[in-house]
Amino acid sequence: MTSSVSTLDARIEVELGSFRLGIDLAVAAGQVVALLGPNGAGKTTALRALAGLRPLSGGHIRLEGQTLDDPGARLFVPPEKRAVGVVFQDYLLFPHLSALDNVAFGPRRHGSTKTQARALASAWLGRMGLADLADRRPRHLSGGQAQRVALARALAVNPALLLLDEPLAALDARTRVDTRAELHQHLHGHPGATLIVTHDPLDAMMLAEHLVVIEDGTIVQQGDAASITAQPRTDYIARLVGLNLYQGTATGTSVTLPGGFNLTTTQPLVGQAFVAFSPSAVSLYQQKPDGSPRNTWQATITGIHRHGDNLRIQLGGPMVTAADVTPAAAAHLHLNPGQHIWAAVKATETRAYPA
Amino acid sequence: MAADRHGRARIPLALLIPAIAGMAFLVLPLAGLLIRTPWATLPRRLAEPGVLAALGLSLQTATIATLLCMLFGVPLAWLLARTNFPGRRLVRALVTVPLVLPPVVGGVALLLVFGRRGLIGSWLDDTFGITLPFTTAGVVLAEAFVAMPFLVIAVEGALRGADSRYEEAAATLGATRWSTFTRVTLPLVAPGIGAGAVLCWARALGEFGATITFAGNFPGRTQTMPLAVYLALETDLQAAIVLSLVLLTVSVAILAALRDKWITP
Repeated sequence: MTSSVSTLDARIEVELGSFRLGIDLAVAAGQVVALLGPNGAGKTTALRALAGLRPLSGGHIRLEGQTLDDPGARLFVPPEKRAVGVVFQDYLLFPHLSALDNVAFGPRRHGSTKTQARALASAWLGRMGLADLADRRPRHLSGGQAQRVALARALAVNPALLLLDEPLAALDARTRVDTRAELHQHLHGHPGATLIVTHDPLDAMMLAEHLVVIEDGTIVQQGDAASITAQPRTDYIARLVGLNLYQGTATGTSVTLPGGFNLTTTQPLVGQAFVAFSPSAVSLYQQKPDGSPRNTWQATITGIHRHGDNLRIQLGGPMVTAADVTPAAAAHLHLNPGQHIWAAVKATETRAYPA
Repeated sequence: MAADRHGRARIPLALLIPAIAGMAFLVLPLAGLLIRTPWATLPRRLAEPGVLAALGLSLQTATIATLLCMLFGVPLAWLLARTNFPGRRLVRALVTVPLVLPPVVGGVALLLVFGRRGLIGSWLDDTFGITLPFTTAGVVLAEAFVAMPFLVIAVEGALRGADSRYEEAAATLGATRWSTFTRVTLPLVAPGIGAGAVLCWARALGEFGATITFAGNFPGRTQTMPLAVYLALETDLQAAIVLSLVLLTVSVAILAALRDKWITP
């Protein structure tokens, strides 16, 4: 973490049958952190624990120096007493209240008079560009509007920690782009700590400055978007950022994969190492190619899919690889599933880094 | 199998005939009531003081009983639906006993507890001088006893059907459990409470067995419509028909009012 003083300092341990969640999280005031991971990784469980909707089995949650949950000390602050705001995945706007009263709900519970709460809510809706929708019931709001009302509702109680659960998942693709930009602006205006839970790497990278990637209940990698996309450390992240990723044992510029295949790289390393390269760096040939220093191997085509303007060819063989070729090249090579083919990657196109 | 022009299989006679017989069995007695109604003398008979007194008492006691049931039944339903205390399933089973209990037995049980020599009745009598049996309050008590399970079950069902995550959202906004209940839960399940209250009211309005056992049959004090019907049957068939018609009208009106909102499957 870059920040020395963290608003949120948590060690979240939850046991759910055979599933164990154990992650450390620290978020500074004004910082936006994304908790990124596949479905079932434990993201939502972590969010519920932070909000007080599920008690910890171990660890601790401290927010602005106050302990909110510490099973060891038999301490648990219930959700209504925590300075935590939550934007739920499907927003959970109260269907019987207008947009204005949904936003005024929190301030009202925190002791504001009805007039004060409504004035505050009105100001928040104005800031979200929803002033003229204040009287609408949630079912008469579009997805993007409901998302903004939910954000206003969560922010209206001045939470020290703002939690967002898949904030853009319920929106269609078109609305997503606009809402993401707006959300980015609002989140960075929030003085407290912000934690976004998402399985969408694009949302995470666009909205957060620090990413925490979890799989099966543990943190597998964290850092800023650039370092994570450049040097993925698990297949999940490699798939998210669209890279082929291998782990093996490095001896100089040669990395030996578990199957015995040697990949030549340009970065000399010793010991366990990752090698990553882009699918577009893979070239396919009918005959064994020769020439500049390359990694070449014989592979079998296991699948062909459209990928943007190109075709993505799935290859089996000494290593499972994705290769991107143009439709013209694919036609020229007569690519078909089951076909044997030669694949090549230049050493300069690979990236090697210690595991 | 034979099929009609729309491609649907023909209804088997083995199902159709009993179905029609069943329908006739339910509808014919009501038709008989309408056919035998002395329409010419109806307005005069309706205006008789005895009829009006019984109707007024019925509406009054059924309404008070329903309010009592809501006051105690909604929290009970909430407890059953939203908390998990030891013995919850047993409590739930006990609460529904009056549904299947013959109302006369309910009346006897009420007498044993709230009668002048009953467990609570003797204490009420000694301490406050309050007597429940054979009073209008006794009618309310008998009706509430029999009708409350209808409300509890309807409201519990509504609570279980309502998304409890709204309550979690309210908690994260600083709402205590009580204000969550009043500000979020109650509005969300209001239709269910309404449906339960109407069912409860209709059951209270028709209550006979427990009422006559616990509260007796005193005109103007404990004689509700069903009791008046029963008494009139012994002396004046026409009067009994008129009273029955009034109850039928009220019941059908409730059903009609409910149909769109809550009863449609």
